[in-house]
Amino acid sequence: MSKVRIKTLKIDDRDVGAREDQTILEVARDNGIHIPTLCQLDGLTNLGGCRLCLVEIKGSNKLLPSCVTAVEEGMEVSTNTERLQKHRRSIVELFFTERNHVCAVCVSNNNCELQNLAKQVGMTHVHFPYMYPALSVDATHDRFALDHNRCVLCTRCVRVCDEIEGAHTLDVRGRGIEAYIITDLEQVWGESETCTSCGKCVNVCPTGALFEKNKSVAEMKKQTKFLPYLTMMRGARR
Amino acid sequence: MTHEEFIQLGEEQRKKNEQYKHSIDVCVAAACVSMQSDKIKKSIEDEVKKKELGTSCRIRGVGCMGLCAEGPLINIDNGKSLYCNVKEEDAQEIVSAIDKEPVERLKLSADVPFFNRQLKIALEDSCNVDTESLDDYLAQDGYEALFDVLTKMSPGEALQEVVKSGLRGRGGGGYPTGLKWSTVQIAVTDKKYVICNADEGDPGAFMDRAMLESNPHKILEGMAIAGYVVGADQGYIYIRAEYPLAIKRLRNAIKQAERKNLLGNNILGTPFNFGIEIRLGAGAFVCGEETALIASIEGQRGSPRPRPPYPAESGLWEESTLINNVETFANIVPIMKKGGEWFASIGTEKSKGTKVFALAGSIKNTGLIEVPMGISLRDVVFDIGGGILEGRKFKAVQTGGPSGGCIPESHLDMPIDYESLITIGSMMGSGGMIVIDDSSCMVDVAKFFMDFCQSESCGKCVPCRVGTAQMHTILEKITNGSAGMHDFQLLEELCDIVKNTSLCGLGQSAANPILSTIKFFREEYLSHIHDKHCPAGVCKIKKEEEVIS
Repeated sequence: MSKVRIKTLKIDDRDVGAREDQTILEVARDNGIHIPTLCQLDGLTNLGGCRLCLVEIKGSNKLLPSCVTAVEEGMEVSTNTERLQKHRRSIVELFFTERNHVCAVCVSNNNCELQNLAKQVGMTHVHFPYMYPALSVDATHDRFALDHNRCVLCTRCVRVCDEIEGAHTLDVRGRGIEAYIITDLEQVWGESETCTSCGKCVNVCPTGALFEKNKSVAEMKKQTKFLPYLTMMRGARR
Repeated sequence: MTHEEFIQLGEEQRKKNEQYKHSIDVCVAAACVSMQSDKIKKSIEDEVKKKELGTSCRIRGVGCMGLCAEGPLINIDNGKSLYCNVKEEDAQEIVSAIDKEPVERLKLSADVPFFNRQLKIALEDSCNVDTESLDDYLAQDGYEALFDVLTKMSPGEALQEVVKSGLRGRGGGGYPTGLKWSTVQIAVTDKKYVICNADEGDPGAFMDRAMLESNPHKILEGMAIAGYVVGADQGYIYIRAEYPLAIKRLRNAIKQAERKNLLGNNILGTPFNFGIEIRLGAGAFVCGEETALIASIEGQRGSPRPRPPYPAESGLWEESTLINNVETFANIVPIMKKGGEWFASIGTEKSKGTKVFALAGSIKNTGLIEVPMGISLRDVVFDIGGGILEGRKFKAVQTGGPSGGCIPESHLDMPIDYESLITIGSMMGSGGMIVIDDSSCMVDVAKFFMDFCQSESCGKCVPCRVGTAQMHTILEKITNGSAGMHDFQLLEELCDIVKNTSLCGLGQSAANPILSTIKFFREEYLSHIHDKHCPAGVCKIKKEEEVIS
């Protein structure tokens, strides 16, 4: 067994211990300290893209994403300062302005991670202008559908399709505000030759962007916690 | 090739050069080629053949001479006379005058501030080497520095020269090159890579392009030295596909160097192996960011990833990787030839050596210049650059591309170095310098750069993806007169968010053009908002519209 060193650090003024290969986010969670996240999902590689898990580290003016920042000895981390709260609220607001997130008509209403985040960060209204882009819905697949209006581009679906299912059906095309999720080489989903219809993408999607057809709002509850179990069992079988 | 053969080659070429009584050097870098200098060269060749001067006249296509505004340029007998604005039909006159008095009508004085206030290190021989001939480069001690490093110095000793030189990364950030090299040198990975970042994308910048088009061998030599120092045997040049001429010359140079065993296995009879391959960028600005660049070489989508780990620790295919900009590599050969101390004697305390700038915009002498660090912006713009176009008034100079800022008249006496530029909200950047006159509206300038940032954002992180689009919308509103003070406050707030929470350098610095124009030209913003008036008369504002904010 290879040796792993133990580091001690402070998170929100609490002394905590951690293995050297852990990230700040993992250690915080182990110790019951909550840091909001969106693109991060246990079982997938970390992206550092949603910028909600940013934390402050004493001695540095830079905000660092806790999901990809490794712990260091003597680090003093703050996870919930006023500056962070302000930025997090703004970032969640930016998510809402980017596409057409209308909770009242969404299949994931009350089961939506974006909605929960808005509550968590105390977003009462959006003070940036909405962008109202004209986006399409791809409902060509037999069982699932992709609604670009509700997508937050967290790329959980892209990562699960590539890393866990191994199909790499989904990917991102375009840049910046024009970026969106595609299937294969931008064929419609129903004509995709690589999609195995496993449905993992639907389950990991934090919003109502990916959903199962013929399910009501009450039924559309997603299972996001299966990935670590799945990878563990695969490893055990080998 | 052994050392004897290598020296002999240079000697032979030198002797060949001495046989010629005259030399006619035609600039064949992109700017002059766009004015058909390649055709001019052909006409001169025809003319020389017609007059049977072939044995006494050497005609070369050389690299950038700097004064692109006056191109095409021709240099006769190493500076004896310099012709500007040459046309194809002038060929006969030029060749006829070669033994007599120069053609007055085309002559340009070399004794002007544009030439005599510059100090050329990175561009030193760019206008004096045939762009497509390895032999010509060898005749000017080409690859001599590589040979000396390989045979007389240990990697550690060579590294010390770079450390001593105080050279800092010329791509924008200004990270100490010696430190970067040493971190790759000490890294323990199976393989190591050297990457040359030639994905130059700042609007108005063409330094790297000119360097690669003018003297590609100098960059290859610098990369090979870097490979020896850090222990890499493979190099990549990541160059944007929009630079076809530079790519063509690089390919040619790599092939020539491989044939003469200056690249490949057992270089110059030593145990050192180093190969260089070209990778073409497909036009994404963000691929100039090192982690995005690495992803792109690997064949992935070119989006950046959070650092650390830095490429020195885990870069290309998770191996230790050294990434430097073209200009940084161009400085390596002079440093190895003349020593780190010599290089460190030039420039300011913290910024050593020289910097190449691309002068563009409303300035007389548009072109490429190289000046010692610490020179004032005023000297660059008004002395070397020849000042503003006639009838116009200076307003600002934009440095650092979309990551930089606009510097007004009041700060023109500031010395050019990494720290000074950052303190006033701009940055050195890769060296683009756009001069703006009073006919430009600063809000419109900010909008231009924000348009650039929003379309070049990769879309991976939210603040940059949505924030830049939001900022662009607000600037759009300000320039069409429909914005209120509320929008202006939102703009400032967005700048703060995007700057502090974005993932990579593109987002973190995307707000700089707005922040610096707000800082120095706030009244222009307010005039658009309150008086519905664009002071420069650029923005079309409909006056009658009542604005609710």
